[in-house]
Amino acid sequence: MSDINQISKTQKKLLAGREYIGVHRIDGPLVFIQKTHPVGYRELVECVDKDGHTRLGLVLDTSESVVVCQIFEGTSGLTMPDSRVRFKGEPLTIGVTSKMLGRVFNGLGMPIDGGPAPLAEAELDVNGKPINPTAREYPRDFIQTGISVIDGMNTLIRGQKLPIFSGNGLPHNELAAQIARQAKIKGGKTDFAVVFAAMGVKHDVAQYFIRSFESTGVLENVALFLSLADDPSIERLITPRTALTLAEHLAFNKDMHVLVIMTDMSNYCESLREISTIRGEIPSRKGYPGYLYSDLAELYERSGMLKGFKGSITQLPILTMPNDDISHPIPDLSGYITEGQIVFEREMYARNIYPPVAGLPSLSRLMKDGIGEGMTRNDHPHLASQLFAAYSYVKDVRNLASVIGEEELTPLDHQYMEFGEAFEKKFVSQGFEEDRSIEETLDIGWEVLSHLPVEELHRVTDEEIETYYKG
Amino acid sequence: MSERIIGQVKRVNGPVIVAKGVTDAMMMELVRVGEARLVGEVIKLEGENAVIQVYEDTTGIAPGHNIYGSGMPLSVELGPGLIGTIYDGIQRPLEEIYKISNQFIEKGINVPNLSRDKSWEFQPMNLAPGAWLSPGMIIGQVQETERIVHKILVPPTIEGKLKKLAGQGMFKITDPIGSVETEKGEKDLFLFHHWPIRKPRPTAQRLPLNIPLITGQRVIDTLFPIAKGGTVAIPGGFGTGKTMTQHAIAKWCDATIIVYIGCGERGNEMTDVLTEFPHLVDPRTGLTLMQRTVLIANTSNMPVSAREASIYTGVTLAEYFRDQGYHVAVMADSTSRWAEALRELSGRMEEMPAEEGFPAYLPTRIAEFYERAGYMKTLSGEEGSVTLIGAVSPPGGDFSEPVTQHTKRFVRCFWGLDRQLANARHYPAISWLDSYSEYLNDVSGWWEENGGSGWEKNRGEIMELLHKEVRLQQVVKLVGPDALPDSQRFILDVCTIFKNAFLQQNAFDDIDRYSTTKKQIRMLEIILAYYQRGAEAIKRGVTLVKLKRMKVVQDIIKCKFSISNDDIQEFDKLQARLERSLDQMEQLYV
Repeated sequence: MSDINQISKTQKKLLAGREYIGVHRIDGPLVFIQKTHPVGYRELVECVDKDGHTRLGLVLDTSESVVVCQIFEGTSGLTMPDSRVRFKGEPLTIGVTSKMLGRVFNGLGMPIDGGPAPLAEAELDVNGKPINPTAREYPRDFIQTGISVIDGMNTLIRGQKLPIFSGNGLPHNELAAQIARQAKIKGGKTDFAVVFAAMGVKHDVAQYFIRSFESTGVLENVALFLSLADDPSIERLITPRTALTLAEHLAFNKDMHVLVIMTDMSNYCESLREISTIRGEIPSRKGYPGYLYSDLAELYERSGMLKGFKGSITQLPILTMPNDDISHPIPDLSGYITEGQIVFEREMYARNIYPPVAGLPSLSRLMKDGIGEGMTRNDHPHLASQLFAAYSYVKDVRNLASVIGEEELTPLDHQYMEFGEAFEKKFVSQGFEEDRSIEETLDIGWEVLSHLPVEELHRVTDEEIETYYKG
Repeated sequence: MSERIIGQVKRVNGPVIVAKGVTDAMMMELVRVGEARLVGEVIKLEGENAVIQVYEDTTGIAPGHNIYGSGMPLSVELGPGLIGTIYDGIQRPLEEIYKISNQFIEKGINVPNLSRDKSWEFQPMNLAPGAWLSPGMIIGQVQETERIVHKILVPPTIEGKLKKLAGQGMFKITDPIGSVETEKGEKDLFLFHHWPIRKPRPTAQRLPLNIPLITGQRVIDTLFPIAKGGTVAIPGGFGTGKTMTQHAIAKWCDATIIVYIGCGERGNEMTDVLTEFPHLVDPRTGLTLMQRTVLIANTSNMPVSAREASIYTGVTLAEYFRDQGYHVAVMADSTSRWAEALRELSGRMEEMPAEEGFPAYLPTRIAEFYERAGYMKTLSGEEGSVTLIGAVSPPGGDFSEPVTQHTKRFVRCFWGLDRQLANARHYPAISWLDSYSEYLNDVSGWWEENGGSGWEKNRGEIMELLHKEVRLQQVVKLVGPDALPDSQRFILDVCTIFKNAFLQQNAFDDIDRYSTTKKQIRMLEIILAYYQRGAEAIKRGVTLVKLKRMKVVQDIIKCKFSISNDDIQEFDKLQARLERSLDQMEQLYV
């Protein structure tokens, strides 16, 4: 029996150099090879096509009889007899360096901006490793985005993963660009970087981001990983992992504060479903594989702050909800992993409210520890809670008004209608270039709250009413 | 422990490995795979093949790698050193792993579950050599934390004549503290013993559940109480506050020991517990909450099969403390992730799926888990309980999915979290319409005895009002509130006050985060007094607007923040003011 455990390093190297000519079966992005030496699970695969071009892949299933590999650059053009396959004996790694900032790469981390490949400072496994929960630092640093509805009611915290749940045709790209441009920590200037991973998005969307970074002069702090709509769908599976590997290097080896923008997570999940179907796995909801949750968690959990490290990774994934359905598996499972969500509402956008952030379903879970006295302002927690409560009642009143007509409402309900209008037009709505400080945001919050009589304000204290209420 | 090669890897598919050449492996045996010694468990034997579920990332494992059997099932170590520790799903201490591999968890790290270096002061019981030791008997104790006296038990598998027992002194957990003459020869006793995680620990007898677990959360204790030793499910879509509710109970409930299982959830949530609990003080003992807590963390990015095991690891630790005569509350957050881990492993083994891809044995597993709860007479004659509080994360917030439905069959208490309430930031978002507790009749005796008579009646009355409100709201939705007479609008008003003042509880407010039973009873009484007197006043012609304008109404709404648990007599003053205001109001209309 060939006992691989005893095989020495040189032998391992020799095995890694062994080349298999001809594959047994090709199905979509999957390649099946028979009669190999013992191949490790998730080993890196190099597949050379008949023109001598090398494509990278990964072992998905290994057994004595057959090895299944997925080829990231797709299998089109591969032939069964002429393809040559090498198993590298190690997982997929990428070379990372802070020189990657300001550059553009494909999903596998190869430069596509015409420049040479940067000299790597470290070779890291793209799959990363799970962070030990005891090593984490609980995130509590408030990030001021300058956007009232986020700062005031769904505060972004450094090290948080806060996705944007959007829909087709809604301005999620604008919002992400605005956050990337305006985000700052109160009172401090620090090293920051943006890592941008595009999965299956259109060329013009990628161009939009590049132009937006360019016009604000931050492009040299941005690394872009593009796997666009016309690239092989399988490459999308590795794109966010490559991007996050660089982000981890920048944050934990280079002490930088990294904002990772990933768009569009829906395309990533589609690719995952595609592979799963080809492999003949048992599907769970809507044909997505049962491990979609674990797979997404592997990405989203690669964020946060660590004890003893200065840097941080903040994630801003963007996903378009298929048919605006928040209960669709992609947004649903994401919501279970991420620390809150910014949800867009089509109806608000139609009424010309930018950003069209739906007040009630949006949430920031880390907000509670990052706001209040010493961080933002002492009245912030209660004010936010009161705005939520009042706006929720506005929704009820609007429903009622649509049945019985606005005239029939009680005087109090009329006041709530006014509040709702002011809240949406003054507090939520703001310009694409408008950068509001947290004090401005909170003051506007009190201003719109002053449309309500003081007896209705149950969630703020008497002292806060005394100081800030203007009704 | 003797290690032997039981076979070689034949196929690797994610966490599932098929082994060949297997002749003497045992079902559920703990195995180690490859030279990295990844921890796994035998879950299927078929001819000379075995299916092994591996609890670590299998990257790099190739056909031909050796598989080593340990000769024992996957077990936990039970002894001093558990309290205040954070473990992964198979009881490896994460703090120790952190020391070895820094911020990331490497594979194949072999660290003892309980510290081998730490010495504990052992206090033996007065037992003479020759005394008969029965399984589960207490032979001594160790002061583990300021708060917890750790009783040292005879392992449930050992019985016989005591040969010798060490005197008081310092012992490491691997030092023998005595020996027993059993039928199978002499056996040493230690401060700890092993127990397989999938096997419930034996007890003497199940006792009826009639003592409530006081959680300090008003909506739970007053409306949907849970008994010590009971089971409850908390289902809710994302963002409805499952974890917040679990955290609040873990902080303030009156169990002696808390086992918190973070199963497939966020890493930062565990960090939150780790950073917060050592600073929070338990109102009952004045000591920090960490001194009564054991954490099991298998976050969503940690290997999926260890997620499956984490639930069992947690409940086994809980049973061990129960056997020492303690009341233990287990928070499992979330059982859906555990069910999904089952599904994933089942899929990898190419089993025939039942509903939504879940294996057909899902309900059996759920039932087995929840049946490990109970209020027991232990083998040593003490009384202890394990209360299971399981969060369920239904996809899309739809309660008709298999995990929620099957869980409902095996729990007797159900706290359904409501999306509408959560959206309005009404926390805890426990719906008073969907939720139920079958323990109500069991524990009402305790309430009447400890809280004064009338508790059951008051609770019934407020529930009736809440249900009336739903019907009235339907009318309002059609014709507007103005169409209702004042007496009915008053019901809407009282319910709004009840929701704001009583049901909503602010977990971050120093006074409001926890309410004693006395406070809960008084708050409910005052709100009902307002309803009863107010309804009479309206009959006499007082208008609703006047009633609502009374200053005292605002004070009732804010009393949860203004009156602390220690100033219960303040409620008497509040009630007196309410009565006075109403008297004055009525006089105007005589």
